[in-house]
Amino acid sequence: MPRAHLRHLPMTWVGVAPFLIFAVLFLLLPTANIITGAFVDDKGAFTLVNLVNLFKPEVLNAFALSIRLSLASAVIGCVFGFAIAVAVSLGGLPPVLRGLAMTFSGVTSNFAGVPLAFAYVATLGRVGIVTVLLREWFGINIYALGFNMISFWGLTMAYVFFQIPLMVLIITPAIDGLRREWREAAEVLGATPLQYWRMVALPVLWPSLLGTLALLFANAFGAVATAIALTGSLLSIAPILLFNQIRGDVLQDPHLGYALAFGMIVVTGLSNLLYVSMRARSERWIK
Amino acid sequence: MRRFWSWSIVGLGVVYFFLPLVGMLEFSLKMRRGAYSLDAYASVLADARFRATFGYSAVMAALTIVLGVLIVVPTVFWVRLKLPKLRPVIEFITLLPLVIPPIVIVFGYIRLFNTSSWLPLTGSTLGSDILLMIGYSVLSLPYMYRAVDTGLAAIDVRTLTEAAQSLGAGWATVLARVILPNVLVAVLSGAFLTFAIVIGEYVFAALLDRPAFGPYLVWAGGNKAYEPAALAVMTFALTWACMALIQLATRFSRHTRMQPK
Repeated sequence: MPRAHLRHLPMTWVGVAPFLIFAVLFLLLPTANIITGAFVDDKGAFTLVNLVNLFKPEVLNAFALSIRLSLASAVIGCVFGFAIAVAVSLGGLPPVLRGLAMTFSGVTSNFAGVPLAFAYVATLGRVGIVTVLLREWFGINIYALGFNMISFWGLTMAYVFFQIPLMVLIITPAIDGLRREWREAAEVLGATPLQYWRMVALPVLWPSLLGTLALLFANAFGAVATAIALTGSLLSIAPILLFNQIRGDVLQDPHLGYALAFGMIVVTGLSNLLYVSMRARSERWIK
Repeated sequence: MRRFWSWSIVGLGVVYFFLPLVGMLEFSLKMRRGAYSLDAYASVLADARFRATFGYSAVMAALTIVLGVLIVVPTVFWVRLKLPKLRPVIEFITLLPLVIPPIVIVFGYIRLFNTSSWLPLTGSTLGSDILLMIGYSVLSLPYMYRAVDTGLAAIDVRTLTEAAQSLGAGWATVLARVILPNVLVAVLSGAFLTFAIVIGEYVFAALLDRPAFGPYLVWAGGNKAYEPAALAVMTFALTWACMALIQLATRFSRHTRMQPK
């Protein structure tokens, strides 16, 4: 019996071995390598100097800009994505519109990266369609007014383009979980639509909203390609700093690269943790 | 009143999302002075680098899909059949690529598999290509895993496996001729999503220094005027095509599942 047991156990594990080896070699070890690298110096001795160096103004500013950018685009994406999701699910619009919105969101949430930057330049660049139309029809020159694509708000506007669709995709199932009975019960008790949203629907949806906000934040924080294509790595956000560091050691300190990457993992890890815990909480109400 | 607000919000959304799309379309047609033309597209298609990089990325995407299927399908099958306790662990691992930024993963590759390491993949062209393919499989892992897991949830894995085994089939036969055909639609939807992600990917390709479509796009963005818009239109159309194929595949699967047993 013990012998059969012994033979049985390894055989069952063989089935998942390829996956585990793959995951360890190409996902866990590389990440672990970066994390440990952040805590050692050139000679391999333990140190916290790299992490302390993250607080150099140059690095700190990049992280601050990244966090502000991700937060702004996540909040805007959250608000408008939620509004659109509510409008197409509960707004009394033709049902076909909802299907269209979902499909369109599926496409545009994947239409990020470099092509998005091109579309953006063709729209709000110096000869972009909106820039030209505003100038010719209304006499408004947005560049004379100080608009700049390679700026905080310029980049935020571009990021919102993939944040809204992601929000629509994630929050719509949660909105579908709002039971009709809750609304009816509220109405029977004399609640106005505003009261229903404020006292019933939003409290129920709150964990989902907060969780998705965290997810959108992480999504924007890790994004590099759009920013690089748009700014030519001029704008100093954390992922671009890391990108330049990997390419050419611009910080003159390879271990600061590890620390940068570690910092990014911490930020995205924390926001994903928030997402997961909020999701668990929202599942109490919405199944 | 409610409908008015709903329409306004949807209208606002339509304007915000269609302006850039219209913008890039219009811009891509303006290469010839004074008239709309397809010159920018002709210029793109005539560019040998476009064909080379696009071909490279398409092949890469196909290989990524094959590798992803080979890794994900047997694992999901086996975990469902023999190791259900391991499921949360596997699920957690497959979600990690969404948590760890891709640029950090590729940074890890460069440090771990450099020329002086025990597995010097970045030292040769073939090695870098393999590493890129593996990296893309990691990026697509969350999508592939979820697609296949949903597909397998819809069929009775245990009964099918036992039936096949009692007819004398080995594990390979069970996987290739019983399980895979049953989850083919799910695999396809994962595959199209993978394709959409991989085809224009920039960070992995740029940092591993591979001649892929993403770095070409960035190069074109810096050196050409109208071609980038044309490239964006083409990529957008390609993303649409991938999503349409996913919809088609899911509709097809619903259809087959509805049939009486």
